[in-house]
Amino acid sequence: MMNAVKLARGVSRIWLLGGYAFLYLPIVALIVYSFNDSPVPEAWTGFTLKWFGLLGQDEELMGALGLSARVAFFSATAAVALGLLAAWTIVKLRRFRGRALFIGMINAPLLMPEVIVGLSLMLFLVSLQHLLGFPRRGFVTIWLGHVLLCLSYATIVIEARLRELPAQLEEAALDLGAQPWQVFWLVTLPLIGQSLASAWLLSFTLSLDDVVLSEFLSGPGATTLPMVIFSRARLGLSPLINAVATVIVVVVSLGVIAASLWLARQGKNKQENPA
Amino acid sequence: MTKTFALKLLRPNGAHAVVGVPYAWLLLFFALPFLIVLRISFSEMEAVRVGDIFNYSDGTLSLRLRVANYLFLGQDDLYLRAYLSSLRYAALTTIGCLAIGYPFAYFMARSKPSHQPLLMMLVMLPFWTSFLLRVYAWKVLLSPGGWVATPIHALGLDRLLAALGLIEAPGLLMHTPFSLLVGMVYTYLPFMVLPLYATLSKLDVRLLEAAADLGATPWSTFWRITVPLSRRGIVAGAMLVFIPCVGEYVTPELLGGPRTLMIGRVLWDEFFGNNDWPLASAIAVLLCLLVLLPMALYNRAQAEEARP
Repeated sequence: MMNAVKLARGVSRIWLLGGYAFLYLPIVALIVYSFNDSPVPEAWTGFTLKWFGLLGQDEELMGALGLSARVAFFSATAAVALGLLAAWTIVKLRRFRGRALFIGMINAPLLMPEVIVGLSLMLFLVSLQHLLGFPRRGFVTIWLGHVLLCLSYATIVIEARLRELPAQLEEAALDLGAQPWQVFWLVTLPLIGQSLASAWLLSFTLSLDDVVLSEFLSGPGATTLPMVIFSRARLGLSPLINAVATVIVVVVSLGVIAASLWLARQGKNKQENPA
Repeated sequence: MTKTFALKLLRPNGAHAVVGVPYAWLLLFFALPFLIVLRISFSEMEAVRVGDIFNYSDGTLSLRLRVANYLFLGQDDLYLRAYLSSLRYAALTTIGCLAIGYPFAYFMARSKPSHQPLLMMLVMLPFWTSFLLRVYAWKVLLSPGGWVATPIHALGLDRLLAALGLIEAPGLLMHTPFSLLVGMVYTYLPFMVLPLYATLSKLDVRLLEAAADLGATPWSTFWRITVPLSRRGIVAGAMLVFIPCVGEYVTPELLGGPRTLMIGRVLWDEFFGNNDWPLASAIAVLLCLLVLLPMALYNRAQAEEARP
């Protein structure tokens, strides 16, 4: 019996380790290869930082990064604003006409193959342009597509937090004479602030990473970072992509560490003076 | 109680806007575009611009549907093969994710409670780094001399893969069904693990103890108690993997090859290569129909999950 327990524990540990190795191997590989002097993975010819230098000089990549960052910032902001309204609607309004359709439309972009979402939005915007003369394909159209995609994720993150919020807090505020909008600003919003922040960060990351929607919706001269990476990756291996990956991983890790430190401090403050 | 609060908020401020803004946004940018795809799929190449399929003259409204695009999809067996092959790869990916992900989620849920948040975070963390770059990484790993290609070759596993028909010949791992499946299982594994972990961690341990007390072996407890009770998680995870996989484009383009026909790539080529928007729309409409049933299954699993 002891042996069976030990065996089970061993299998469990190995399976978990193997699973995490599988999940992290590609990320580790890209980072290591970004310091490899040889441009192909076949040989390790020595440590170098030259790919990072070349990265800085690559005007196509740098320009695309600028556009991607702008699109991601505005997409995340709009997605969180709309997502807050959508999540509030789903959690607080249990019954209204067309609720099922609403929830279906919120969830659909999560599951729907991206090629369909991209194609349909693009054809719609082309028709719109013929009718109204705008929007021109480029920043605005990519932004619209990304908001649609991020809205689903943002709504789910905010909705989860709203759901676990005890209703008594808001009711107490109402009973004490607060106006509904005051309740929202002074009670609800501060309580869900963290979920808004994580929804914003998740949306930002998703937008920064999207290829398919951007390809369908971009116009001449509007190339996002993933589009550049994708077109180079299609052609073959490129050590510059490894360098991009390393930079992204470093930035994201710093961001995640900073965010968890901040959240931990917030939690501590709350414990010390529960307000 | 929440309802009264909601109603109060609705009444004085006329906050129909709260529902209205996201609703209108979704109708305009999600639902309407679908109808347009549907319309264009029934039109001719030249008619994409203003060509309406509705025609109003002499007081009669006539509806002209051009089914040529759909007939064409039926005539050329490339499209049928692409649909079937996409379904097959999506199914294989789902099975692969389930085979790796179920034990993974199970062991996660059975590990020390104090470790679980960390284990959970480690599954989520790769989400935060670029999906595109992680798929590209497999190209590096599976190329000759890559970290994964080398041990596979050294252990002679590539002969086995070649015998299974997953790669053309020993030594050539990239641009094969094998590399595509590895990439897709890798990409979608977290989508399988998260819902499975959610159901498995809620599992009432007393049921398992009761089964053991009544003389069930761990093996039969697992198959007769744990698996049936985690059915919702399995369905949700399988659909979260299967549905996007059917129409997947980026992974097949980067890791697949000439033998791995996928409908997402066919649609892409019709749109960007041949500029045939009506045909691309017809492919999209059929792809939608293909994922409709799995989507209904997913929604039902979600609705069951939400019920206490």
